[in-house]
Amino acid sequence: MQNKITIKNLNAWFGAKQVLHDIDIGIEKNGITAIIGPSGCGKSTFIRCLNRMHEVVPYAKASGKVLVDDRDIYDSDIDPVEIRRRIGMVFQKPNPFPTMSIRDNVVAGLKLGGLKDKKILDTMTEESLKKAALWDEVKNDLNKSGVSLSGGQQQRLCIARALAVEPEVILFDEPCSALDPISTSKIEDLMLELKEKYTIVIVTHNMQQAARVSDHTAFFLYGKLIEFGETDQIFKKPKEKSTEDYIIGRFG
Amino acid sequence: MKWNKRKIIDRVMSTLTAACVVIAIIPLLSILYTVTINGISAVSLDFLTQIPRPVGEAGGGLGNAIEGTFIVVGIACLIGLPVGILSGVYLSEYGQNRFGRFVSFVADVLTGTPSIVAGMFGYTFIVLYFGSFSAIAGGVALSVLMIPIVTRTTEESLRLVPGSIKEASLALGIPKWKTTFYIVLSTARSGIITGALLSIARISGETAPLLFTSFGNMFWANGLDKPISTMPVQIYTYAITPFPDWHAKAWAGALVLIILILVLNIGVRFVTRRKYGV
Repeated sequence: MQNKITIKNLNAWFGAKQVLHDIDIGIEKNGITAIIGPSGCGKSTFIRCLNRMHEVVPYAKASGKVLVDDRDIYDSDIDPVEIRRRIGMVFQKPNPFPTMSIRDNVVAGLKLGGLKDKKILDTMTEESLKKAALWDEVKNDLNKSGVSLSGGQQQRLCIARALAVEPEVILFDEPCSALDPISTSKIEDLMLELKEKYTIVIVTHNMQQAARVSDHTAFFLYGKLIEFGETDQIFKKPKEKSTEDYIIGRFG
Repeated sequence: MKWNKRKIIDRVMSTLTAACVVIAIIPLLSILYTVTINGISAVSLDFLTQIPRPVGEAGGGLGNAIEGTFIVVGIACLIGLPVGILSGVYLSEYGQNRFGRFVSFVADVLTGTPSIVAGMFGYTFIVLYFGSFSAIAGGVALSVLMIPIVTRTTEESLRLVPGSIKEASLALGIPKWKTTFYIVLSTARSGIITGALLSIARISGETAPLLFTSFGNMFWANGLDKPISTMPVQIYTYAITPFPDWHAKAWAGALVLIILILVLNIGVRFVTRRKYGV
């Protein structure tokens, strides 16, 4: 397998509190990697380190290497803005821009990146919404507010918005935890389609979801990586006792 | 219906709150009523478009004072809105430190400062320096009143923008300054405009800061560096004379000023009414 991202010796802190300890992991290109673990185990912090969103929080810092295509994104001459354009993110709660229309939400990243050509913007709107499986539902309402949509549609709008800037990797931070089962299954189907073109990392509390969609699974506990392997192996024959306990629901 | 203690207390408290609303509204309605009754007869097209005539001569108006108010308030906005809004942006986005808290505190104190102090500021730094009362001095004095209001309301509105919106923008690879100016400011737009509007309404009726900055003038404006007539000062000038004719003009001026501020409020609300029901 070819790795899109290689994480070496990653540590992260909030102030004096260390929340990630020496994480080493490889994220497979065009695969879906799931991160599971109980609340507060550092899952979200981990993926936020992959697009340098961790440092946006005051007093947060990280050390170690995150190699994307063999280039360390924590190198001092790397612009975090550029990294975030290449590595998109979808958050736990759908967060479309409340003052923008559906169309403007989708192309917000492109417009603020300086793209003005209306034709290209329209093409990108349609393409991104199609990729996010939302086009058919909103094609006649592109000028309506993004927050007028249902929760599941808003989340797909956020996915379309992330896709529009043409990233290489998409990080999903518990994307379905605020959604009903139907919207959840739509987003899961979508992820399976998207992995043809993108590398995907998903943090989830939902074990079935990890088992359904991911190729590899990493189990985190107390800020440490306990076990990492093929999803089948993790769920069927976990090597570590605590992984097994968590998966069968003995804690967490 | 059976009466018990809980229901009686409920009824008494509801009545009490309603009574307080009525008490709060009485002065407002009484002002509107008195000003309208006393002022409406003197309002005419001439009143709005002509300059004051000497005592004893019939006719004349305060067209120049209306013009002057727009000019002086315009100058105050040119200074006060950018400085106030950008200060608010600083306090909310970058000012999480001692300096930021200090500035917030000072802005709060300034909001409560008597307005004549702003006039003294304009007098000391502009009038004495240039050696003349002027429209600019009046605008500067009013901007001193405006800046803290705009700063604090901008800061508060920006703080209400959810962090998730900022994160969504940053995660798209939009730089922080663009996130602040195009995403956060636009999300907080209606709050900021409301603050700006409140400050404009507040300064439009100020008399004290203008008395010894823009001073007053019985003619059309003839330069930003010259004394200029404004409505509050003109109303004051008319009101302290012993002439009944001029008293009527003061009432009419007060009515026009109230209507102008009302129109300004409604106009801006109309322009900035929310595009979407958020």
